[in-house]
Amino acid sequence: MAYVRPVSKTRWYRAKRSYTVHMLQELTSLFVGIFALILLWGIGSIAAGPAAYQAFLDGLTSPLMLLWMWITTIVMFYHAIAWFSVTPKAMPVQRGEEFVPGSIIAGAHYVVWIALSLLVLLLAGVF
Amino acid sequence: MSEIQIELEILRYDPEKDQEPHFETYPVTCQDDWMVLDAINYIKDHVDTTISYRWSCHMAVCGSCGVMIDGEPKLACKAPVRDYANKTARVEPLANFPIERDLVVVMDDFMDKLKRVKPYLIRKEEKPLEEGEYKQSPAELKKYKQFTLCINCLCCYAACPQYALIPEFIGPAALTMAHRYNQDSRDQGLAERQDEVAKPEGAWDCSFAGECSEVCPKHVDPAGALQQLKIATTVEWYKGLIGMGGK
Repeated sequence: MAYVRPVSKTRWYRAKRSYTVHMLQELTSLFVGIFALILLWGIGSIAAGPAAYQAFLDGLTSPLMLLWMWITTIVMFYHAIAWFSVTPKAMPVQRGEEFVPGSIIAGAHYVVWIALSLLVLLLAGVF
Repeated sequence: MSEIQIELEILRYDPEKDQEPHFETYPVTCQDDWMVLDAINYIKDHVDTTISYRWSCHMAVCGSCGVMIDGEPKLACKAPVRDYANKTARVEPLANFPIERDLVVVMDDFMDKLKRVKPYLIRKEEKPLEEGEYKQSPAELKKYKQFTLCINCLCCYAACPQYALIPEFIGPAALTMAHRYNQDSRDQGLAERQDEVAKPEGAWDCSFAGECSEVCPKHVDPAGALQQLKIATTVEWYKGLIGMGGK
């Protein structure tokens, strides 16, 4: 009878460095999720009235929250760069017989990212 | 031509005698231009005639000699022994497949999945022979040509952590074949493949670890094909929603 080799459901990602890196990239989505929950908390506090919104703003400026936001920012940069670097694979663009170089596709993502970030900062009254 | 000493630690499994596999070690004196396949052939011819393994062309075309070498899926005919000079290289059957015997794996699961994605040109209506061939421009050919280079060696399945964990996953090579035909301007079978490709164990079980493309000896880039499939199946889903089903 054919022999089936066992696969560890809990330790497989430690078998290869690239698997571990992949799982780290997947883990960054947790930070995205938590950030989304914080945003929802903010929206909920607006609905709950000025006092609740002020409490939310005060919560955001606590040292622990600031530290968390910095960690989230760094993780999000990693998340975005890891994703942008593989966009040429997912979204190849063919012009005539040739494919547009991957650097242009990834580069376009960075341009849009920066433009949207500037727009959000503009709307938030930072400039 | 100089000689190289290597030691091959080969996984052995005889289903008629063994409860589980074990390793046997074979020191081999190789010519420095040998591939690992040559070293295995030498062992088979001169040291131990009982070793079972698959090979055929010795030129990375037939896709038969895929094995794990030091944990990496590789074609044995494309892995130079000089990379393992004066070392012990561990040779195992491709990971994630049952072992039939020694380095031979059971490929039935892949063959079944490949059949399910209908990897051939599908026409809604065949035109008569006298009307001639289905023409295709160089640009239309270029769109999918890279994916035609797959030799079904299954190195991608052996590298895929998702296939290891979810055996139902249709997997890199078969899904790449589905994408290859979907992208072919002569094909009209996208809707017929959609059922297999768009279900959870189709493209969506891929977590884009990208290992398949890293190990592919023919640079097919299955990881790219699967991400493109995800986008294409999503577009098709929306088209279906507004009553504009695909080709």
